[in-house]
Amino acid sequence: MTVLTVPTVDAAPAGLTRRTRVLRRLRRNPLAVVSFVVLALATIIAVLSPWLAPYAVEQTDFGHTFAAPGTPGHVLGTDDLGRDVLSRIMLGARASLQVAILAVATSLVIGVPLGLAAGYFRAWDAVISRFTDLLLAFPFLIMAVGLAAIRGASLTNAAVAVGIAQIPGVIRVVRSDTLRLKSLDFVAAAVVDGASDLWVLARHILPNATSVILVQATVAIPVAILGEAVLSFLGLGIQPPAPSLGTMLATAQQFAARAPWAAVLPGVVIMGLALAFNVFGDALRDALDPKGDRR
Amino acid sequence: MARYLITRAWQSALTLLLSTIVVFLGVRALPGDPALALAGEDRSPEALEAIRHHYGLDQPLPLQFAQYVGRAAQGDFGESIRTGIPVSSMLTTALPVTVELAVLAILLAAALGVGAGVLAAVRRGHPAEWLANGLALVGLSVPHFWLALLAILYLSVATGLFPASGFVPLLDNPVDNLHHLILPAVILGTGLAAIIMRQTRSAMLDSLSSDYVRTAKAKGLRPRAVITHHALRNSLIVVVTIVGLQLGGLISGAVVTEQIFGLPGFGKMTIDAVFQRDYPVIQAVVLLTAAAYIVINFLVDLLYSVIDPRIRVTGDPA
Repeated sequence: MTVLTVPTVDAAPAGLTRRTRVLRRLRRNPLAVVSFVVLALATIIAVLSPWLAPYAVEQTDFGHTFAAPGTPGHVLGTDDLGRDVLSRIMLGARASLQVAILAVATSLVIGVPLGLAAGYFRAWDAVISRFTDLLLAFPFLIMAVGLAAIRGASLTNAAVAVGIAQIPGVIRVVRSDTLRLKSLDFVAAAVVDGASDLWVLARHILPNATSVILVQATVAIPVAILGEAVLSFLGLGIQPPAPSLGTMLATAQQFAARAPWAAVLPGVVIMGLALAFNVFGDALRDALDPKGDRR
Repeated sequence: MARYLITRAWQSALTLLLSTIVVFLGVRALPGDPALALAGEDRSPEALEAIRHHYGLDQPLPLQFAQYVGRAAQGDFGESIRTGIPVSSMLTTALPVTVELAVLAILLAAALGVGAGVLAAVRRGHPAEWLANGLALVGLSVPHFWLALLAILYLSVATGLFPASGFVPLLDNPVDNLHHLILPAVILGTGLAAIIMRQTRSAMLDSLSSDYVRTAKAKGLRPRAVITHHALRNSLIVVVTIVGLQLGGLISGAVVTEQIFGLPGFGKMTIDAVFQRDYPVIQAVVLLTAAAYIVINFLVDLLYSVIDPRIRVTGDPA
């Protein structure tokens, strides 16, 4: 005889109605809709970019270097080696999103279990807090510098540095939500019922913490996009000739007076992506806020 | 209060020790023989032997660590393997540039962020709120190094309003110094200003709907007085907290900004060291950044408990 149905009944219908309510709030927010559409389009273009891009990214054309945007055949112009800027931006955005997703996934895989443990087991809290402090003591660029010194600069290095830098944020929000959930009746009911710690964490706390994790991931992605761009710009991330919005800007810097568009366009794309994620993240947080629409 | 401070001091010291161990082991994790990495150009067996002896690489690890900490505590971080200049004297020339840049950026960001945040909270539904919110979102999303590129392209090269690169020490010529630093500081401060603005706005909205503000209004205090009195105190807490939390971002941002504007600071020194594989410099930079982060955050906590009485009572940030 078990009372295991109690928490399930408690959580499931509430979760369902809550999901519909959140989705309805999102649909009614024009900014959320616009940013979602932008992100969906950007993702589709990024995924299909190897097929959609009009030129091969590394295809040089020394007869047509520094073509201005609008040149027939090169909508966004060409760079110093005559490579098509549109194609490189598409593939560069793809790399940005790849690094961002890899970085945020890394931070979730490490941060979520640590956050759950820190919030649930008092004994672990102090140890995990010191670990968090230690991570925070190395700013992401300094960490990237150290990693590049040890392992060499690469896309993976960029993703690891950005990902590690985001672990403390994940631990913080998951820990505080775990503390909150732990004090609620349905968790106490499960514990009284004899559920193991692991069961309570996996079955009751984690599912209810997904909304804060989702918001944290949404706001972490633009930070990761900007982080990758900076590292690649400095030469610590994606290595040329592989396309990256950051390396495109680093090259453009040398020719900025001659081809200013090459210094403008990749930046607009980086900002557009980050802005869409930030706007959507804000909308998602507002929609998930039980206090309603206090914008 | 005293107990809280002792706990925080102990925690900070522990974190400092741990980060020193991480940096120490990081250098040992370098591919190949660290002596080879430290040797630079001269790789004769005698030179390698001398380096092993100088850095104590022929000693057991715990002893090496003790020596390393001993040297670092005296400010001895070895010499650059490229120039032979002691790392400590490189730091003496580079640090003031970065500190000045960071302080300027923080001041600008605080002024802008607090102003816009208060405005957005007070003028709800007004176009000013939309503008402030929109600018804050852009400030969070714009890549700063790109903003720096555009600023150089359109404000320095095209119009000559600001120098595109270079630096004049503060004591040599304060006006020229500011002229060189203002653009980098504005750009470094944008992200920080956006974060401060959003936090100020949210703290203001909370306090405007709180009981004590209603009481103040009921007592007949003028709206302006209510806002300035409560906004100022809350904003101070917000700014101090954010500067502590965002210090890492500020250091990262300074590295990039200095690189682009050619400022001879800590950041430029760091990037140059990475590309020249100047390991003693990298090691010192990483260790010092961690130490600075830990110490400054400890100081921020001290300051925080002075400003916010709740912490003194409960020993826990609200």
